[in-house]
Amino acid sequence: MLGLNKKDSTLLIVVAVLTLFAPFILNPFPADSALAQFNAGYPDLMQRFVVFGIFAIGFNILFGLTGYLSFGHAAFLGIGSYAAVWVFKLFTYNVVPAVILAVIIASIFALAMGYVSLRRSGIYFSILTLAFAQMMFALAYSVLSNPKFNLTNGETGLQVYADDPQMFHRAGLPDLPHLFGLSMRATYDLDIGAWSFSFNAGYYLCAVVMMVVFYLSIRIFRSPFGMMLRAIKSNQTRLNYTGLSPRPYALAAFVISGAYAGLAGGLMAAMDPLAGAERMQWTASGEVVLMTILGGTGTLIGPVLGAGFIKYFENIFSKINDAVLHQWFAFLPDGMEDFVVFIIHPFVGKGWHLTLGILFMLVVIFLPGGLVEGGQRLGKWIKSRGKSEETDKAKIEPAE
Amino acid sequence: MGILEVKDVSKRFGGLKALSDVNLSVAENTVHAIIGPNGAGKSTLLNCFVGKLIPDTGSVMFDGQSVLGRKPYEINQMGISRVFQTPEIFGDLTVMENMMIPVFAKRDGHFQMNAIGDMMKEKDIVEAAEAMLVDMNMADKRHMHAASMSRGDKRRLEIGMCLAQEPRLLLLDEPTAGMARADTNNTIDLLKEIKDQRDITIAIIEHDMHVVFSLAERITVLAQGTPLVEDTPQNIKGHPKVREAYLGETA
Ligand SMILES: Nc1ncnc2c1ncn2[C@@H]1O[C@H](COP(=O)(O)OP(=O)(O)OP(=O)(O)O)[C@@H](O)[C@H]1O
Ligand SMILES: [Mg+2]
Repeated sequence: MLGLNKKDSTLLIVVAVLTLFAPFILNPFPADSALAQFNAGYPDLMQRFVVFGIFAIGFNILFGLTGYLSFGHAAFLGIGSYAAVWVFKLFTYNVVPAVILAVIIASIFALAMGYVSLRRSGIYFSILTLAFAQMMFALAYSVLSNPKFNLTNGETGLQVYADDPQMFHRAGLPDLPHLFGLSMRATYDLDIGAWSFSFNAGYYLCAVVMMVVFYLSIRIFRSPFGMMLRAIKSNQTRLNYTGLSPRPYALAAFVISGAYAGLAGGLMAAMDPLAGAERMQWTASGEVVLMTILGGTGTLIGPVLGAGFIKYFENIFSKINDAVLHQWFAFLPDGMEDFVVFIIHPFVGKGWHLTLGILFMLVVIFLPGGLVEGGQRLGKWIKSRGKSEETDKAKIEPAE
Repeated sequence: MGILEVKDVSKRFGGLKALSDVNLSVAENTVHAIIGPNGAGKSTLLNCFVGKLIPDTGSVMFDGQSVLGRKPYEINQMGISRVFQTPEIFGDLTVMENMMIPVFAKRDGHFQMNAIGDMMKEKDIVEAAEAMLVDMNMADKRHMHAASMSRGDKRRLEIGMCLAQEPRLLLLDEPTAGMARADTNNTIDLLKEIKDQRDITIAIIEHDMHVVFSLAERITVLAQGTPLVEDTPQNIKGHPKVREAYLGETA
C-alpha cells in the first residue's frame, strides 16, 4: 500500500485507526466516575499528543537514524510558533499559510544551525546545538523584544491583538485560527450513556498532518537516504572510505527534523494562537530526547508512544492532588489512609516528574529499546506461551 | 610510470620522524607488499595515500593526479579503496545493506538525496550487491547483522565492499592480523582469486611472511621510515640487509 511493504502498511493502518478513534480510546471512563481523572480524551491534550508526536517523529529521523543527539530542537518548535503567530497577526487566521511558513522558517534556521554544529560530532555536537538553542531562547526572551523592535513580545509571549492588520481577515470568518472557515476550536460532543466524547476540529487537523508525516518518515527509513543515515550512525570511517561524505547526509537529516519541529510549533500556534519563549528552553529540547528514548530510539512508532506517554503523565498525573488521594483511599482506616497518602504524595501532583524519572530509568536500564522493545518482548512472551501450551497438548493427545 | 607514484614523502610526529624521503612506485596490476618491523612507518605511509594524513613534504600521485589535500571520500571516488587492520564495516546493518552502500557510492557519487524511494526497489543496486555477495561466497549470510559475523567473514565482507566499487587500487593494512590460521588461508585464497580475475592493483602491508610470499610480486622493505630495498620476493628472501633488519628477528 502506498509503496510500503506489508509490515509497514499494517503499522500505518493501526496508527491511523488509533488516531481516528482516539476520542473514544482515551475516554474509557464514564464522565462522572472517580476514574474520570484518567480520561485523556479532551481536545487540548489530544492535540498535544499528536503535536508532540510530530516533534518526536522528526527528532527520531536525526537522532534515531544518524545518532547525532541534538539538545536544541525546541528552538525550531519555538521558531515555528513565532512564524505562525506572525502570519495570524499580519495576514490571516487561516492555519494553512501559517503552518507552511512555520516549516519554511524553521528549516532555514535548521540549515544554519546544522551547518555549524555538524562540524563536530558526539558530545561537542550536542553542546553546540544546546548553545545555539539557548542563544535563540535569549533572543526571543529579551533581545528581540524591545520598544523599537518587538519581534517576540518577550515574557508575555507573542499574541494576536485587535489592532493587528490581519490583511486578509474577513467578517464572517472565526476570530480564531481556522481552516478555510472551520474554527480549530470547533468541537462536537457526543454523549452515550454516562460517557462523553469530544471530536475537535483542531485535533483532527493535527492527526491528519501527523499521519502524513508519519508516512513520510516510514518512507525515509526505507529509502537509500535512510540507509545512509543508519550507516553514519554505524561507522563513519567506513562511510568516508566508501566514497561517501557523511556531512551532507547528516545535514539533510538535521534540516528535515528541524522542519518537523517547525511544523509541530506551527500547529501548536494554530491550536492556541500564541508563542512564548519558554517553548524554546533547553528543558523543552530535553523533553523530546526523553520521548524518543522512552518510546524506542530508531523505531518507527517509538517516538509517538514516548510523546503520548510523557504528555499523559504531565497532564494526568500532575492533577492528582491530596484531596483526590484521600477520596481514593477513603475506604482505609483513618491512620492508614493518611499514611498511604503520605507515601504516594511525592509521586503525584507536582511530583509527577519523580514518577516519570523513575519510569525513565527503569526503561533505559531494563528496556534499552524503549516501550517498543517492551511491546515486542510481551508479544514474544505471549506467543511462546501459546506455543508451549500447544506442545503440552500435543504431548497429551497421543496418550488418549 | 606506476599507478601509484610516491616521491620524497616525509612525515614527522613531533620529534619523531615517522617517514623520511620515501620513494615508491607501484606498477599497475601487480601485488606490491610493504614489509618492515613494528613502527617502521608502514601504516603512516598508507594513511598518506588515502587522505587520513597529509605528508609534510613530497608528493603522492595516483594515476597521474595528486591525492594530497583531498578528503578520504574524494580519494576513494578516484579509485582507491582501503581495507583496515580491524575490519571497518557497518556493524548495525545487514550484510546485504553493507554491500549495497558501496554500490550506491559507485553509481551516485559522494552524495545523492533519495529520501522517498525504496532502496530494495533499486534493481541495479540490489543485483550488483547480490552478485558481489555470491562472488564472496556470502550469499547465505545476506540477512545477518554484520557485527554478529566471525572476524574472517567480516574481513571477507570488507574486501567485498571495497571490490564492489571496482577500485583500481586496493590497499590492505595487515589484513590477516589476529586471524586464526584457517581464516588467514581463506583470505590468501580470496586475494589470489581477486588478483587473477580482476584488473586491479593491490598494495598490502603484512607481517605474516607466509601471506607476503604467497601473494606479492614486488616487495618493499621499510625500516625506520625509509625504504631499505625493493625487489622480487626471491631476491628479498636472500637479501642480507633484509635478513639483518627484519627477517633476522623472526629467523
Ligand atoms: N598519529 C600519530 N601520532 C604520533 N605518532 C605516531 C602516529 N601514528 C604513528 N606514529 C608513530 O610513527 C611511527 C610509525 O608508526 P606506524 O604505525 O606507521 O608503524 P607501522 O610500520 O605501521 O607499525 P606496525 O607494524 O606496528 O603497524 C611509530 O613510532 C608510531 O608510534
Ligand atoms: Mg601499522
